[in-house]
Amino acid sequence: MLDCAHLSISFGGLKAVQDVSIAVPQGAIVALIGPNGAGKSTLFGLVSGFLKPDAGTVRFEGADITGLAPHRVCRLGMTRTFQIVQPFAAQTVRENIAVGAHLRRASRRAALEHAEVVARQVGLTEQLDMLAINLTIAGRKRLELARALATGPKLLLLDEVLAGLNPREITEVIPVIRAIRDAGVTVFMIEHVMQAVMSLADAVHVLSNGVLIAAGSPREIANDARVIEAYLGHGTAARMKRQAEGADA
Amino acid sequence: MRELAGICVFCALAALTPLFVTSGSLQNLVIMTLYATLLGQAWNILAGFGGQFSFGHAVFFGSGAYAMAVLQVKFGWNAWAALAAALAAGSAVGAFIGALSFRYGLKGSYFALVTLAFAEVFRILANTFLFTGAGVGMMVPLNESAAALQFADRSGYLYLILAMVTAGFLISWWLKHSRFGAWLQALRDNEDSAAALGVDVFRVKLIAIMISGALMAAGGAFYVQYFHYIDPHIAYGPAVSIEALLAPIVGGMGTLWGPLLGAAVLHALGELTRSVTGDAPGVNLMVYGVVLILMVTFLPRGILGGVVTLFGGRGAKKGGDRA
Repeated sequence: MLDCAHLSISFGGLKAVQDVSIAVPQGAIVALIGPNGAGKSTLFGLVSGFLKPDAGTVRFEGADITGLAPHRVCRLGMTRTFQIVQPFAAQTVRENIAVGAHLRRASRRAALEHAEVVARQVGLTEQLDMLAINLTIAGRKRLELARALATGPKLLLLDEVLAGLNPREITEVIPVIRAIRDAGVTVFMIEHVMQAVMSLADAVHVLSNGVLIAAGSPREIANDARVIEAYLGHGTAARMKRQAEGADA
Repeated sequence: MRELAGICVFCALAALTPLFVTSGSLQNLVIMTLYATLLGQAWNILAGFGGQFSFGHAVFFGSGAYAMAVLQVKFGWNAWAALAAALAAGSAVGAFIGALSFRYGLKGSYFALVTLAFAEVFRILANTFLFTGAGVGMMVPLNESAAALQFADRSGYLYLILAMVTAGFLISWWLKHSRFGAWLQALRDNEDSAAALGVDVFRVKLIAIMISGALMAAGGAFYVQYFHYIDPHIAYGPAVSIEALLAPIVGGMGTLWGPLLGAAVLHALGELTRSVTGDAPGVNLMVYGVVLILMVTFLPRGILGGVVTLFGGRGAKKGGDRA
């Protein structure tokens, strides 16, 4: 469904993303993980049209969408959320979601009605008439998700929708994401919360310093020496292995 | 629907004022309040609903005014046709400025400065060219008939400006209840989010500035018909730009009634100071300045916004702490 081939972008001397190729198959949940500053959100920016790559192509459902403006990418059926939530603060939750719903609904009434349906899906029904600015962080994350969902996407790019939530909230949102996939929406997510990655993702890609260092199933990735080193520092994997062997002995 | 009913009631009341208000100066006050409402509505569309703060709305006002005057005087057009052309002129100038500044992503104070610069450039141009009457300005000859959009009686002008204000109300109402309005308010609050949700930010802003420009040009056209005179300073000077932004800021930006409320409060204050200080010129402007500073400091969302905050507004307290 989504095919990124050899994407690269630099900001001045910083090579934020280098030669990254990722494929997201239809109906899957694909996770992108990596340490802070690895270039994950930059990659999302490249895919969704907010940034133009220096090199490489993005194909969505077979069509080349490299460098297409964000609103046109969205119209084709790919909607992103933002890591730093950006609600329309002066408007109610219902109005916020309706903006997304308007993409495929011209009538105000239809958009507002659809907003209620989506709010139920993500568990925001009780907050429908609150101003977005009065929501808690968890509420804003749900709102970000709801707005994107309301555009009726085929592919949803979720940028750390679980970051900043407490464990109970995380266990509440994980089934929501799974239900979205089960309803037929392909999901490509950046996530730090490993509990979510392990339980949701069909495939995991690991980005470190702008380079893709590993890909595989969640279990494979969790035991990958390069991944452990990317997170915990050089030599950690070998040390952990030694410790494990020592414990066995 | 309640808002539409409100607009109808307001229009009916305003249309009936000539029956009660017979004094010329009071009628003039009503007309000038409506005129300030119109300018405020025009500015409110772009800034209140769209978040694009213009400091040079005179550029649309003046273009409408000159289109009205030049077409009638130099080309002998019928006033109604000239009015249509004036609206088109305001809208075209809006498209021109909007295309340039939005294409290059000008926002906030940069956009404000560019609009101010355009207004000044147009003022200098109008001051230079002979077909606009240059610095002398332009007189529209007296021809008091409805066909020429001139009226022997003030009530005629009242109905003319009231029709324009009603159009402004209906456009504002439409913005609050339509997809286009939802998109415009979304990009006001956050452009990136709006784009991510499929909003064509450039196009929506462009249409907004064209509507705003046309409405402002209507104000310019009215001015020409009412005072029979226009010169570069009146048309493109900063006074009109400030008058346009004052009413919505005082009344409440991005609201339906804000421009009317602000215009009414400001004109009432203006009359009050005039009756206290006599005819000392400029005192009412000083009062406006003080009011503006007080408003921005204590009621940044205007009188209506303040009222909404005071009463908790729109169920902000309901539905509490879950999530």
